[in-house]
Amino acid sequence: MKVGLASAAVLATVRYLERSEAAPAANHRILDATAVVTVAALVPIVLEGSLPDEAEARARAIRETVEGFDRAVSGMSLPTQKEVEQLFDVLRFPPTRLAFTGLWTSLEESTPEEVAAFLTRWRNSRFEIQRAGYQALSQLIQASWFDNPSSWATIGYPGPPKLA
Amino acid sequence: MSVPDPIRDGLARGWKAIDAATLTADRELECDVAIIGSGAGGGVTAEILANAGLSVVILEEGPLVGSTEFRMREREAYPRLYQESAGRQTLDKAITILQGRCVGGGTTVNWTSSFRTPPRTLAHWNKAHGLDALTETALAPWFTRMEERLSIAPWGVPPNENNDILRRGLAKLGIAHGAIRRNVKGCGNLGYCGMGCPLNAKQSMLVTTIPAALDRGATLVHRARVTHLAAEGDRLVSCDAFGVERNGAVQSARRVRVRARHFVVAAGAINTPAILISSGIPDPNNLIGKRTFLHPTVVSGAAFPQKVEGYYGAPQTIYSDHFLDGAALDGPIGFKLEAPPVHPILAGITLPGFGREHARWMTHFPNLQVLIALMRDGFHADSPGGQVVIRSGWPVLDYPLNDYVWNGVRRAYLAMAEVQFAAGAQTVMPLHEGAQPVSSWREAKAAIEALTLRPLHARVVSAHVMGGCPMGSDPRNSVVNDSGRHHLVQNLSVHDASTFPTSVGANPQLTIYALAARHATALAASLKA
Repeated sequence: MKVGLASAAVLATVRYLERSEAAPAANHRILDATAVVTVAALVPIVLEGSLPDEAEARARAIRETVEGFDRAVSGMSLPTQKEVEQLFDVLRFPPTRLAFTGLWTSLEESTPEEVAAFLTRWRNSRFEIQRAGYQALSQLIQASWFDNPSSWATIGYPGPPKLA
Repeated sequence: MSVPDPIRDGLARGWKAIDAATLTADRELECDVAIIGSGAGGGVTAEILANAGLSVVILEEGPLVGSTEFRMREREAYPRLYQESAGRQTLDKAITILQGRCVGGGTTVNWTSSFRTPPRTLAHWNKAHGLDALTETALAPWFTRMEERLSIAPWGVPPNENNDILRRGLAKLGIAHGAIRRNVKGCGNLGYCGMGCPLNAKQSMLVTTIPAALDRGATLVHRARVTHLAAEGDRLVSCDAFGVERNGAVQSARRVRVRARHFVVAAGAINTPAILISSGIPDPNNLIGKRTFLHPTVVSGAAFPQKVEGYYGAPQTIYSDHFLDGAALDGPIGFKLEAPPVHPILAGITLPGFGREHARWMTHFPNLQVLIALMRDGFHADSPGGQVVIRSGWPVLDYPLNDYVWNGVRRAYLAMAEVQFAAGAQTVMPLHEGAQPVSSWREAKAAIEALTLRPLHARVVSAHVMGGCPMGSDPRNSVVNDSGRHHLVQNLSVHDASTFPTSVGANPQLTIYALAARHATALAASLKA
């Protein structure tokens, strides 16, 4: 409970110091340019083993997954959208990023091992807010990729039946 | 062969349908009865009242979408047809709630499982909540009537492999089980019920009662979110709705005001209490939105040597009530076993882990078998359910998971793993962030006993939201009477699952249909008198 309140206070401070007033990035409804880069850095880690290997297909898969992430956030309730914004604020503001994720550099500058270690820390954290953050990031990325027909060959899903 | 689309055809015939999101000016409507919500409760109510010759306006937050636009794609269906893009969650994010938000409500996207209210549940409602009129015998004609109306019957087609594994595992262990009756007519056994039936085979409100009411002259206002019920004295006079765009995330400034003699709220057990709370409906005992139940549901995945293809074929055709029937209602929580549809997004977000750990399950997607256990909450002092609260104008359910539920989660994981191994699973894993796949029932038993159960580690989902405006004979502990009429506000009724004093202990659609039919028939008689 104490930690919950402390986290809320930190988040409130982050909002004050580093309000993300940036406009949505091109082709995106909600995510701004920094958030787009952050999600793009998470996608290959969350989806390791499920993305195509070929460079061009892989780049397209990552781009489309970020766009799907953005689309999914845009369909959430406004309070939930605010929470996602706060999550990206924590990840972009160096002091909170270091305190909450253990990453010294931004996600796109961190190594895949460092990003995976951060995700694992949040996944197994004793703080609910960090477990919730992990769930949000991983599930939004997984949801965005696995309904992209480009992912279906990897998982062996033939797609919906054709109606005669 | 092209499938007729009853929505497109109805609109062409001149149905009175208003898309509130596209209005360029405010509108005012007048009618005998305003019905808020077009799902199981609102749909049945609309048909019965319209058939009685009453003028009806149905208000629905979601869009009017017909079979032509049901393309069996999760990516299209979830944002369009579900609350919060199928990502609605409890306050602490520990439970994900699947709830419909479209014309037809949950019935447009549910998995067609049709059960009468279990007699033990009705007996408990009678004894603990004074609902003496709602006995098994008294409700039987209402069940029969709705079963006939919605073609609810045993389904004659063999179960898909995902369900047959449940059947074979249970049979091998000597555990009682049965076949689930379904509300379908001409079902193509496609398996995409959750994305809207492209064949109009599912007898949802979208293709049955709502078209019938519209053919009788009812008005449907869709993409309209009701925000307020206005009262004068002890009567309601009007309700206000605003257009919503972008899958519900954005509210427009255009208002639709509906004046009516009577108001039926059937917006589902999160939004119904939210509307009543936001409108300041009298609640002297502070009951509205409390005791909200979910059938908290946990999941077990298994890899089979053969293809399971849980994405094809009717979902949920086999069930077992063994772990409900064998348990005392007021003892440790009991659970129902079923086998859900397995599609890429649902599987992708429900399987725990990330990276290679996650990929090793997804890359065996056709061989993935999935069982769910739905827990019967609300019957025990330690099962008070959750509470609907309003946060920045949006309703959210605060449902803390406690040890009473976790005790059931562990027993459910054990039961599901045993069934899956009995049916020949190679590996089994409870869907929990701390679990690893194991290859024998003996190993599974030890691993599950050792698992730390806590929120946001165990995957907990719900597709059944119930309670928050409970029926009862005593106004001190209930909001509406056994006919769904509000105890204090003369012309307000509630006709959805929010009136349930506890969870049902079975998939709730048929309970909602039967009670709504009973309530609406009595309401029609009183309004015609």
